[in-house]
Amino acid sequence: MRQFLRVAWLVVQKDLRVESRSFEVVSTTLFFSVTVVLIFAFGLVREGRPADDVAAAILWIALAFSGTLALGRTFERERQAETLRALLMAPADRPALYVGKLAGMLVLLVLIEAVLVPLIGLLFQAPILRYPWSLAGLLLAGTVGFSAVGTLFAAMLVRARSRDVLLPILLYPMTVPVMIMGVRGTAALFQATPDEPLARFCLAFLVFIDVVFVTLALWTFEPVMTD
Amino acid sequence: MSADFTTLTVEQLSRHYGRRKALHRVSLACHAGDIIGLLGPNGAGKSTLLSILATVLAPSEGHVRYGTLTAASGGAALRGRIGMLGHDLFLYPELSALENLVFFGNLYGLADAEARAKAALARTGLGDRAHDAVAGFSRGMRQRVALERALLHEPRLLLLDEPFTGLDQASTRALVERLRQVQRAGTMTVLATHDLDTVDGLLTRECILRQGRLLGVDASQGTLRDRYHATVHGA
Amino acid sequence: MTRVQQLQLALAGAMLAVAPWIIDGAPYESTMGLVQKIFYFHMPSAWLFLIAALVAGVASARFLFGRAPSADYWAVAAAEMAVVFGIITLVTGPLWARKAWGLWWVWDARLTSSLILWLIFVAYLLLRRFGGPGSDKLGAGMALFGLVNVPFIFVSVNVWRTLHPQTSVVPTLPVEMGAPLWFCLTAFLLLFLALMSMRAGLARQRARIEALYLSEEEA
Repeated sequence: MRQFLRVAWLVVQKDLRVESRSFEVVSTTLFFSVTVVLIFAFGLVREGRPADDVAAAILWIALAFSGTLALGRTFERERQAETLRALLMAPADRPALYVGKLAGMLVLLVLIEAVLVPLIGLLFQAPILRYPWSLAGLLLAGTVGFSAVGTLFAAMLVRARSRDVLLPILLYPMTVPVMIMGVRGTAALFQATPDEPLARFCLAFLVFIDVVFVTLALWTFEPVMTD
Repeated sequence: MSADFTTLTVEQLSRHYGRRKALHRVSLACHAGDIIGLLGPNGAGKSTLLSILATVLAPSEGHVRYGTLTAASGGAALRGRIGMLGHDLFLYPELSALENLVFFGNLYGLADAEARAKAALARTGLGDRAHDAVAGFSRGMRQRVALERALLHEPRLLLLDEPFTGLDQASTRALVERLRQVQRAGTMTVLATHDLDTVDGLLTRECILRQGRLLGVDASQGTLRDRYHATVHGA
Repeated sequence: MTRVQQLQLALAGAMLAVAPWIIDGAPYESTMGLVQKIFYFHMPSAWLFLIAALVAGVASARFLFGRAPSADYWAVAAAEMAVVFGIITLVTGPLWARKAWGLWWVWDARLTSSLILWLIFVAYLLLRRFGGPGSDKLGAGMALFGLVNVPFIFVSVNVWRTLHPQTSVVPTLPVEMGAPLWFCLTAFLLLFLALMSMRAGLARQRARIEALYLSEEEA
């Protein structure tokens, strides 16, 4: 177990160090997510007033889009010098490599959320500070669910052809439950008369999905990654 | 569990992609101190064979035995005794030479990863560039770092895919010298290459592959280049 | 085609040929009227869609963890069946909805869940088609996740919206309405079994041809 965590920590550290050299993924993904928010705002805000629940929806759509972009870029990096193969050749637990990549992805996406959420609050008058902990819980649980599937799929697509287009094609239908629960839960917190029980249910369900997805991904990573 | 081994046996190894035979019934044996050259035109199956030896690709048929172990029975411990230098070098260009080596050293569970990495860089004459990002290195320098990365954990089996590509004469000489050192330490080396003149005299044995098959090596005299052409083109 | 497949196909064909008369003979449902008859095709295809998804997921798990190549033939075959029966479900559903609720698509929970599951299997086939070498394993991972995802999709879409006739309809139907339903389900099941085993057989034949090509060059 200590070995497992040590390997995962090494991979996270390495990923963050690589990212800290250029901030390429963070900066491009962040900018992209802001443009997504703006485009949806132009589509959905009329006469300066957003429709109900729009803020929650846009927040999660922007997350899904930028998450896909970040996943694609992160694994393109591992593909370029075939370093993913080098990782698989190391005498390390392969699921530990998965956990490391997943954790690195989570750090990245949480950074993006830290900018995205205040922006949404500002532009759509969403009460982001009304239930800060519930909102943070929903966002974190949703991000874990999305990244758990995303990291596995992006890693296995490193070997495939047409991987750029296949990643969103595989990822979006698979993460519909995560998206629905995220949007519903967040909207329940944002609406004029907040529905706390619904938000709590969504959070609990997201955590359940997370547990199942991560377990399944740990289980399938090794057979899927060895040819 | 000890995963040490001093012999490598390849028996009737095949790898098919659909009906394409990337590798077909290849057998070879290798002992401590051997340097085996995989020669042959592009698409002959050299890289496929190296990938199978590195345990990242499963054969369609046949076996590879590392001493008494197989890829399945050896698992992670066996992977820890194999070192590979791929054609794409397996280095993170954003990280410095030292960071690359230390990261992989730690991943291989070496207790003194940092000291070993520093020693390796000093040995290759890159000690003063240790903290520079690999992206700024020339091909030859990168190649040297990549080779040290593959050797850091003192593997029993060293696999090299086109290690001479893009190297100038000095770097080539240095690489050959390094391989001889490794050979004296008792490591088995399998290298795929096109540079016949460079490896002539270095190899203990050559395996000439064409279209996935191992061609019988003509034991006649002459340089490696002559033998290669006689075998491949069936003079 | 094996004997069994021929028999299955012939029976399915005969039963489906007679089906219109049997459905016609079933009692007229007073509130929904004639459209209710779509149900006799809609529900069997929806069930088989789910069964196909189940088969694809289980076969993929066997392929991935048991390393049985034959499991992959069944996974592909079942995935294609899922897409085919999924289309039937997704076409007959809105036909009914148009009459029952006045709109083609009302984002009804079950139909929406079916759409999402259907998209997962279309994505699976796209991956198999365009993923290049090794996509059999990747597809297996995908199908496995798809199977596990079914309850999540269903619950989440239900939270999101619901408008379907609640609870199970089958047991509450009068016998005269239930019998034609079981008749149609049997016909569809036979068709499903025949098509799936033929498709799996095709995949097996392909693998054998590849193997023959490989040994042919020996000589």
